Amino acid sequence: MAGNTAGPRNAVIVGGNRIPFARANGPYAQASNQDMLIAALDGLVARFGLSGEAVGEVAAGAVLKHSRDFNLTRESVLGCQLSSSTPAYDVQQACGTGLEAAILVANKIALGQIDSGIAGGVDSASDAPIAVSDGLRHTLLAANRAKTPLDRLKALSGLRPGHLVPEIPRNVEPRTGMSMGEHQAVTTSQWQVSRESQDELAAASHHNLASAYDRGFFDDLLTPYLGVTRDQNLRPDTSVDKLARLTPVFGKGQDATMTAGNCTPLTDGASVVLLASPQWAAERRLPALARFVDAETAAVDYVHGDEGLLMAPAYAVPRLLARNGLSLQDFDYYEIHEAFASTVLVTLAAWQSEKFCRDRLGLDAPLGSIDRSRLNVNGSSLAAGHPFAATGGRIVASLAKQLSERGSGRGLISICAAGGQGVVAILEAI
Amino acid sequence: MRDRYSDLVRSGPGKTLATMFGLPRPARLRRYVVGEPLLVGPAIVKGVAGAPLLPEIQRILTSAAVDVIAADVMTAEADSPQAGSGSGSGSGSGSRLGAVVIDVSAARAVDDLESLRAVLAPSLRRLDACARIVLVGTPPESLADPAAAATQRALEGIVRSVAKELRDGATANLIYAGQGSGPALESPLRFLLSARSAYVDGQVVRVASGEVTPPADWARPFVGQVVVVTGAARGIGASIVEVFARDGARVICLDVPAAGEALAAVANRIGGTALQLDITAADAGQRIAAHVAQRHGGRLDVLVHNAGITRDKLLVNTDVDRWSSVLGVNLGAQLRMNEVLLDPSLKDGLGGITDGGRIVSVSSTSGIAGNRGQANYAASKAGVIGMVQALAAQVADRGITVNAVAPGFIETEMTAKIPLATREIGRRVNSLGQGGQPVDVGETIAWLAQSASAGLTGQVVRVCGQSWLGA
Repeated sequence: MAGNTAGPRNAVIVGGNRIPFARANGPYAQASNQDMLIAALDGLVARFGLSGEAVGEVAAGAVLKHSRDFNLTRESVLGCQLSSSTPAYDVQQACGTGLEAAILVANKIALGQIDSGIAGGVDSASDAPIAVSDGLRHTLLAANRAKTPLDRLKALSGLRPGHLVPEIPRNVEPRTGMSMGEHQAVTTSQWQVSRESQDELAAASHHNLASAYDRGFFDDLLTPYLGVTRDQNLRPDTSVDKLARLTPVFGKGQDATMTAGNCTPLTDGASVVLLASPQWAAERRLPALARFVDAETAAVDYVHGDEGLLMAPAYAVPRLLARNGLSLQDFDYYEIHEAFASTVLVTLAAWQSEKFCRDRLGLDAPLGSIDRSRLNVNGSSLAAGHPFAATGGRIVASLAKQLSERGSGRGLISICAAGGQGVVAILEAI
Repeated sequence: MRDRYSDLVRSGPGKTLATMFGLPRPARLRRYVVGEPLLVGPAIVKGVAGAPLLPEIQRILTSAAVDVIAADVMTAEADSPQAGSGSGSGSGSGSRLGAVVIDVSAARAVDDLESLRAVLAPSLRRLDACARIVLVGTPPESLADPAAAATQRALEGIVRSVAKELRDGATANLIYAGQGSGPALESPLRFLLSARSAYVDGQVVRVASGEVTPPADWARPFVGQVVVVTGAARGIGASIVEVFARDGARVICLDVPAAGEALAAVANRIGGTALQLDITAADAGQRIAAHVAQRHGGRLDVLVHNAGITRDKLLVNTDVDRWSSVLGVNLGAQLRMNEVLLDPSLKDGLGGITDGGRIVSVSSTSGIAGNRGQANYAASKAGVIGMVQALAAQVADRGITVNAVAPGFIETEMTAKIPLATREIGRRVNSLGQGGQPVDVGETIAWLAQSASAGLTGQVVRVCGQSWLGA
């Protein structure tokens, strides 16, 4: 039974499941967020024998969400093989959603409020919500409020042809009107990140992901969906040379370094992670892959200030390290989400910059560099793709398994998110 | 898949037409439903020439709540086989029979076979639909006297012919009971009488004495046991895991990672767990053991080798890939996994097969009879038979049994892809005039995997409706 008489207890990652990620408007074009989240949950249920069982809660979410999906996660639980008595709620923190959901579940477990829980996320860039224009919406709502047929007619007479143009979701920051890529191009330029270094990172991501598949690493992390058995975006045979041939899509002139090869594509997919108290896992003879140690979020002012949109993790990590008495070099694995190759490179550069660490982070000394061979060892978003809310679950489960295979050590997760936010966390082998 | 011909001729105008033109009308086979009695009608139990196993057979039938209306020993002089006597429950001698069980194990002379004819022949007229004929004999190879061996071997000819003569879904099978097999007889006898053996017809099984622990509940013999089934995502494999789960097992459903979506659905439906694993991986056995050790208490009770692939081509056109992939999956992987999982050092808590455990492999009638365009597949499935026979002897001292089932034409997604004419022939060329269902294979495997089947090892049981192919 859960109880909070003692201090916080450990929350462990039991395992995870995701469906292969697919490029938008590809094989999952007809699948809804709910379809994909259910598929991910059912694969997890099958892996851990939870059919008909209840867990403490399911926390998950989507970034691109239809208004009808106001209760997406609970509806997905009702549609999956878990017991219907499993409570669920939606979480949304842009690309940080999946990791934030894991933090919420881990915290409740640590506090003894629940003994087990599933965190996850899903996104479909294919089955995106299309909304009616504000003009049409206001007119229809006014007509609905009208008490007499005449008033209703009057309200409807306000309709204009332009109102019929639907509002299609755009990949832009509402307050700047700039796309994430355009924002990142500014940051890339500020930090003078070379095209070559970005292509190198992208090639490594593909090669690492491919070799992880080849050694069966994903055999118990992934369940095929709609005939897709591997991440569709994966190009095992790509190379720096091949990537160098692509035309830049973001940035201007000399600084036009960001291509379709070193930026993540729009992706569809879902992922879930099972967390539990060590006791709950042991009672069911389920594995405990890693301990969920701690997490931190940060946000930066990219609207009025001069910080880059995706720089928040650079701020969150030092706070997390300080709280845990760790240095940046105290990790065996680094999982830095590859929204863009340059996001990873700028983040690493910032931690090495005396000026940035002093002026922005208020540190006496820079955090320093990391051993790049420990970075995204099983590939990351550039190769796997990035269904926004599903990335956190992908990383948490993969890192936990990697730590479990190693048998010791510590891993750092860093995920940047729209709105100038960043979510970071530490996992530790058991 | 649906057998539309059978649907058509079972009712309405189709039935009339089929009767008019003398077309075959395949019976609707009775299949096991939890809670239903072993037999639909009463059984007569007879003995020929001494019949030393008769008391044991009667005990078994009584414990299985079978209504035994006649039980006695016939002699060569007896001329009135219909005369019922013994533990009749009041059912008249004219009622339809659910089963006829005859102990012929003491028959040693050709004349004894006349007693058998005298009791068997008239009872055939009284059989109910889906009735069961079971003869119990003595293994001919255990008899030195040529006349005795001939008499016992003759039973095989009788059973195989009677099975072809029977109608309405009735089956005939033979059990050769070895010296001292007494209690070990219960498992094969119950199975062959039950609806679980719906598509097992004209078969011979050999039961030896074995350390038999009857289950607390014959309907749930796998309670507390851990069962691994390979190739569980679809077809026959999905049926196998359903049967094991229904009968109380904790089932680990294993299939290649690429089949994971279907595998998860199967595992969730039966309340088991899914294990995505390529059995041809060098460390497949170790990974299964590690999984059983970590997740299921470290003791593997039953291993079912069901995973198999086909890459059909005439041998003249078969390249190395088609050859080696089929042999690799269907045979090589089994041999490698067995070696690891039978390692005695893994048996206690480390995920290996426990003492008294079971291995059941899926062979095929193609492996017995051969099949045009399937040299690779037939090689693998015949190889399985060789493996089972050799391995059975090797692990007998640990109380582990190793058996195979050889399915004939089973209605699956795989057979649905066979061209119509070939498929229709495949379906009809057997004594039951229809294809079997995947569950028929599952039931047979589960029977061989029971603790109570300790007396059965090194056997190949065909689930083929007595197919005309390959004896």
